[in-house]
Amino acid sequence: MANDVWVYIEHKDGNASPMSFEILGIGKTLAKDLGSNVCAFVIGDSVDGIAKDAIAYGASKVYTVEDGVFKGFRADAYVKAAQTLIEKYKPEIALFRGTSQGSDMAAAAAAKLQTGLCADTIGLVIDGGKLKMTRAAFGGNFTVTVVNEKAQTQIATVRPKAFAMPEKDAAAQGEVVKESVSVSEDSLHTKVVEFIPSATSVNLVEADIIISGGRGVGKAESFTMLKELADLLGGAVGASRAAVDSDWISYDHQVGQTGKTVKPKIYIACGISGAIQHLAGMRTSDCIVAINKDADAPIFKNATIGVVGDINVFVPKLIEKFKAKLNK
Amino acid sequence: MKIVACIKQVPDTEAEVKWDIPKGALNREGMDSVTNPFDEFALEEALLTKENYDGEIVAITMGPDKAADVLRNALALTVDSVYQLTDDAFAGSDTYATASVLAAAIKKIGDVDVVFCGKQSTDGNTGVVGAFLASILDFSQLTYVSKVRSIDEAGKKIIVERAIEGGTQVVEAKLPAVVSVIKGINEPRLPNLMGIRKASKIAIPQWTADDLGLDKGKVGAAGSSTKVVEIAVPPPRGAGEILKGELEDIATTVVDKLIDLKVIK
Ligand SMILES: Cc1cc2nc3c(=O)[nH]c(=O)nc-3n(C[C@H](O)[C@H](O)[C@H](O)COP(=O)(O)OP(=O)(O)OC[C@H]3O[C@@H](n4cnc5c(N)ncnc54)[C@H](O)[C@@H]3O)c2cc1C
Ligand SMILES: Nc1ncnc2c1ncn2[C@@H]1O[C@H](COP(=O)(O)O)[C@@H](O)[C@H]1O
Repeated sequence: MANDVWVYIEHKDGNASPMSFEILGIGKTLAKDLGSNVCAFVIGDSVDGIAKDAIAYGASKVYTVEDGVFKGFRADAYVKAAQTLIEKYKPEIALFRGTSQGSDMAAAAAAKLQTGLCADTIGLVIDGGKLKMTRAAFGGNFTVTVVNEKAQTQIATVRPKAFAMPEKDAAAQGEVVKESVSVSEDSLHTKVVEFIPSATSVNLVEADIIISGGRGVGKAESFTMLKELADLLGGAVGASRAAVDSDWISYDHQVGQTGKTVKPKIYIACGISGAIQHLAGMRTSDCIVAINKDADAPIFKNATIGVVGDINVFVPKLIEKFKAKLNK
Repeated sequence: MKIVACIKQVPDTEAEVKWDIPKGALNREGMDSVTNPFDEFALEEALLTKENYDGEIVAITMGPDKAADVLRNALALTVDSVYQLTDDAFAGSDTYATASVLAAAIKKIGDVDVVFCGKQSTDGNTGVVGAFLASILDFSQLTYVSKVRSIDEAGKKIIVERAIEGGTQVVEAKLPAVVSVIKGINEPRLPNLMGIRKASKIAIPQWTADDLGLDKGKVGAAGSSTKVVEIAVPPPRGAGEILKGELEDIATTVVDKLIDLKVIK
């Protein structure tokens, strides 16, 4: 139906994580307000299982495109399939996650459909039948609300964790619509040579708990203390740019304006002053704990819980007490 | 090899940001501006590519008069030529309209092998213009690039590493390609005094919508499908509590408070 809300389900080589279905939740809310349905679309070489899961997470219909050419994500191949489906069914809204895959897809698809998009939305509402898309600008110092009045299909990417994860209901019923889109290997520009998994496998963006270190950590070795705390709590290690620039930890851990934007449930900032560029990446975290020996550090203005003290004294105490409480 | 670097002028993050609220656009007058930090990496990668493989670099920017500064900086870094895409009709462009203007300039430059962009701009922050460009031009779309492994100009091939969730993807792609780069791909150099002096004397060539053969109804605010309807300042987070007392007791309190959130398993 023309006013349906479509949600792109990303996956890696046929494996979808629960987070892949995250935005079916907000998709469903929008569809309800439009009096339409939330539909998922999946592209890959074998996606039956993902289609079933999409229904369990709330999709009333799932459009699938399956072919060997779609083994492994390639923007050009996937976008051809997405464009064909969107042009055929003309959904009102198409949502993508604001991940590397989702952003690549959304941008290329929007370009093919000759329309703009709203990137990294943190608010989506239907107001008078229109979609209003809100995003953060300038490191979260402003929010900007955008509408797209001209496009047949309004496209947005959604910031990971901006909306609640939908419930999974294995008994949910839905329809799977198989579509075929032929894309010849010759017409494609890219070939994936290999994928090298990262040793530390930091997925800061999806982490519920992040322990971040800044210049106050003082040396590379002291990050092992933060890593120990992170492992204990099932979290990930983040860093300020000062720590990354000091070569104490790699860039993929950097949080902030020129690093990652994160929104964990708990963010523990250790020896981080709270510069505006760092805050840009973490100020929307649910609970921020700041540990800094300078009582005037700006981070305290944004912290839920502030501790004035030396991290070399305080963090070991935290580790010891968590171990005792969690029986680990 | 012909290399294009797309660089944008953005307000300095330390500067006070002024919005023209009725227009839903930035009021760029009187704000301190710098080259978008990610575009410094794009520019450096263009310079390295030229050094390693030979060729010429053209730097382009779309922006008002003042944006010529970023091109002057690029000239000081010894790029071969620059074009400023500027026209009243470009004001208010959304991502698609911006990419359309950049794409038209890249077509006009002609025979381009590689276009380097930054991962994202720190003002617009959308991080999608590179992908839009690739899609509009039908060039290979290589985003989040952390390393260019090799370029084979004769064979029209490029191999890059992309830093994506969970690891590094190695991709081989046909040229021409749009490569958008992340921080850490290189260490941007600074211009030297002679370069700055030389660049200050060069007139910056400008291309308007007419020069680019663009229909004014398809660029700028007129050509943008997305429109800003509201700009707001989010409520301050508000400071919480600073725990007082002995660190030992504070640690116990923090542990209890965090466990109460029921996030830690
Ligand atoms: C264009 C641009 C982009 C940027 N992007 C980013 C970004 O993405 N992310 C980012 O983080 N920054 C970014 N920055 C840098 C930012 O401005 C700050 O310089 C940086 O965040 C500072 O890091 P820090 O808080 O670790 O260090 P500092 O500001 O040096 O703070 C260290 C803090 O540690 C405290 N401390 C020291 N020793 C101890 C101890 N033993 N126990 C407890 N506390 C201690 C000190 O009191 C101090 O408050 C950017 C800057 C620019 C110009
Ligand atoms: N007005 C512009 N002029 C030149 N390049 C731009 C412009 N806008 C965006 N870009 C390029 O596109 C990248 C991504 O920008 P954005 O999508 O705005 O975050 C930037 O890092 C630049 O390389």
